Amino acid sequence: MRAYDIVIIGGGPAGLAAAISAKKSGVDSVLILERDKELGGILNQCIHNGFGLHTFKEELTGPEYAGRFIDQAKELNIEYKLNTMVMDISPQKVVTAMNREEGLFEIQAKAVVLAMGCRERSRGALNIPGYRPAGIFSAGTAQRLVNIEGYMPGREVVILGSGDIGLIMARRMTFEGAKVKVVAELMPYSGGLKRNIVQCLDDYDIPLKLSHTVVDIKGKERLEGITLAQVDSHGKPIPGTEEEYSCDTLLLSVGLIPENEISRGMGVDMNPVTSGPKVNESLETNIEGVFACGNVLHVHDLVDFVSEEAGTAGRNAAEYVKQGEAHRQGGKEIKMNPVEGVRYTVPGTINVDRMDENLTVRFRVGGVYKNCYISAYFDDERVIHRKRPVVAPGEMEEIKLTKEQLLKYPDLQTITVKIEEA
Amino acid sequence: MYDVIIIGAGVSGAATARELSRYKVKACVIEKEEDVCCGTSKANSAIVHAGYDAAEGSLMAKLNVRGNQMMEQLSKDLDFPFKKNGSLVVCLHEEDMPNLQALYDRGVANGVKELRILNREELKEMEPNISDQAYAALYAPTAGIVCPFNLNIAMAENANVNGVEFKFDTEVTDLKPIDEGWEIHTNNGVFQTRYVVNAAGVYADRLHNMVSEKKIHITPRRGDYCLLDKSAGSHVSKTIFALPGKYGKGILVAPTVHGNLILGPTAIDIEDKEGTNTTREGLDQVIERAEMNVKNIPLRQVITSFAGLRAHEDGHEFLIGEVEDAKGFIDCAGIESPGLTSAPAIGEMVAQILKDKMDLEEKEDFIATRKGVLDPNTLSREERMELIKEKPEYGNIICRCEMVTEGEIMDAINRPLGAKSLDGVKRRTRAGMGRCQAGFCSPRTMEILARERHVSMFEITKSGGDSKIVTGTNKDSL
Repeated sequence: MRAYDIVIIGGGPAGLAAAISAKKSGVDSVLILERDKELGGILNQCIHNGFGLHTFKEELTGPEYAGRFIDQAKELNIEYKLNTMVMDISPQKVVTAMNREEGLFEIQAKAVVLAMGCRERSRGALNIPGYRPAGIFSAGTAQRLVNIEGYMPGREVVILGSGDIGLIMARRMTFEGAKVKVVAELMPYSGGLKRNIVQCLDDYDIPLKLSHTVVDIKGKERLEGITLAQVDSHGKPIPGTEEEYSCDTLLLSVGLIPENEISRGMGVDMNPVTSGPKVNESLETNIEGVFACGNVLHVHDLVDFVSEEAGTAGRNAAEYVKQGEAHRQGGKEIKMNPVEGVRYTVPGTINVDRMDENLTVRFRVGGVYKNCYISAYFDDERVIHRKRPVVAPGEMEEIKLTKEQLLKYPDLQTITVKIEEA
Repeated sequence: MYDVIIIGAGVSGAATARELSRYKVKACVIEKEEDVCCGTSKANSAIVHAGYDAAEGSLMAKLNVRGNQMMEQLSKDLDFPFKKNGSLVVCLHEEDMPNLQALYDRGVANGVKELRILNREELKEMEPNISDQAYAALYAPTAGIVCPFNLNIAMAENANVNGVEFKFDTEVTDLKPIDEGWEIHTNNGVFQTRYVVNAAGVYADRLHNMVSEKKIHITPRRGDYCLLDKSAGSHVSKTIFALPGKYGKGILVAPTVHGNLILGPTAIDIEDKEGTNTTREGLDQVIERAEMNVKNIPLRQVITSFAGLRAHEDGHEFLIGEVEDAKGFIDCAGIESPGLTSAPAIGEMVAQILKDKMDLEEKEDFIATRKGVLDPNTLSREERMELIKEKPEYGNIICRCEMVTEGEIMDAINRPLGAKSLDGVKRRTRAGMGRCQAGFCSPRTMEILARERHVSMFEITKSGGDSKIVTGTNKDSL
């Protein structure tokens, strides 16, 4: 059986950054397995700009951002296989994959980095009633058709969901000659970045209807129209508020789901809130030597943070390979406890001995809070109390911890993170 | 001039065509849609009923039991997925026990084997997720689950290989008696035939009433369904029915033969014979009633919902036979549940009628078996490696959710009566039927369809007709 020190599942932004970081940390035997025909993942179809402001201090398009990582990976002679689907990973880290040239093959890995990304929620997951005609696309599928293949999915468009891909596609479809009639959002706030609402909707006079959803779909062959209705505070449509829109296209941007079928298959413990693996400060799962990063771990807004997180996972995978058994020894685990407006944290546990000097804890909030504080309690003592003018579910939040700070609390059991009203 | 024209390429039409293809006969199936299995046959519970439901002595009861008995061998001969998983009719209240007993008695009278009434403890042991309110259940080990698409497709393919023609996108506009039989007018030409089989599903009354003074009436009875992800597929192992009672006809909860979980159907009588739209009320009812008999259904795992129409004839009975005042016109009408189960027996019965009338002779070269689209998962590792070496497309996964390869999609397109649309590929291979509902694979499947069928991307449809996927190229309207 072939063997590599580190096998990385997925050659998108997370996989690339993890591979580069692992290699730079001194592990030579690194292999990326990518199911698509090129490296770069979903960035290849994100031809708009706005990527890389944090990482490179300049605005790049998705393919440009990916290109910088691909170039680095090539300079470092990192091995990769394209058009290769990972079918299964055993708990002993035997990776079974398949491609056209080699058929089915197995690779024994010492460490595995899960970087498979996420998929879009479909219409079915929302249980939207009505007919099932052609013309209903997830926003990402439409983005691929337009940006990679040059095909128009339709002419008159309604978008359900104000996630970032939906917002970006509202502008893209307008550029390409379609009429975007409205963007509807079930929640009373947008799920996307504020800058995208301004730059993709407001600038093109595309209305955003908050607290609205699609309640009917018409058209037996191709989509002919949809009905929007306002929803109450429980998300239930309010009778009498229905409005009909004629359209031939409905784009859905209603959430992303980490693709963890392979992780589940190998026995990785999942966090039901993120639908991603539970990880510790090293971004290691419950299976020793199996790490996770990027959107397979939790859905991000900005690729810069994916790259940063994946760098951490890659470095820790390399440490694991170098140290072997010693990697796990020593140290006490501190539990992260997200409550009161904080839905989850990544990581979920912290081992002070093993953590880097600085650790970023990322999380999302469950609603919109204005003039609030993000607080962290070390057991009962409030240690972090940071004022925020506004926090919203569409923008990932973070707190920063240092090893030095945690070492001052030798008996620390739990760090509670919460939103506190001013 | 044809000997027989079968109108409708659903499961009844396909079963009839397949049985008829055993004989020396010039036969054709005409279908208004672009593919087989586009109406009632594609959207139902996919259940092979044991046969205790239908009234004793009815044709429904007889054909149900016979169809159930034929299904296993047929699934082997024609290579479609079938599993005898057994069914349970759940009785929630002690006072309803007489109804459960009546169902048992009817089943015995209909010739259903191995029926048993289980008490609460036996039931709990067999099906741990059954409702805590469950009092008892009727257990029918002979009930099963089937892939409705591949049952229909397999019979049609096999009929085609044995010489039956198929004409798609061909809708009947008129039927005229002629000296030796019938003239069928369609949007795709005029055809003459000695015999007509009316297997037109919800439209069977319209065709029947064109030729007969003895009118029949078929109500499209809509059934809404929810389908759950494979991660929920083992929530129950048997098909769980509600005991028909004060809540009306119940909602079933069942594993599908492919490992999903299905909930449904509602029973809503409508006018529109194309009214396959789900409604909020319908979907809510599915969920509410499903939860009466099965607890902890992981509803967050719903991946799609859909509706199908049963062809409910006013007398609730299969109408099979030559129409009294229309010689040579054979009805195969009112085929609602247990129509899917009964299909092999319906085919046998209609073919027998035609054989007797025309004194048909059996073919010596009838091909009784058919191989379905090759599923590489059924191969040994060595066989799979050999296959990929020979045809590298079998090493290229197109549908990630269902792990369908390019090789399988090419097979589905290029075989007899091959797939022409995304839905055609989906029904034959399951590509696009998984948790992402074709979000990822549809552009790739479109490319394969365009390449293999030598058409442009603009010609590719979801399901024929005007269901085109892309409408032009970027900026073409600017």
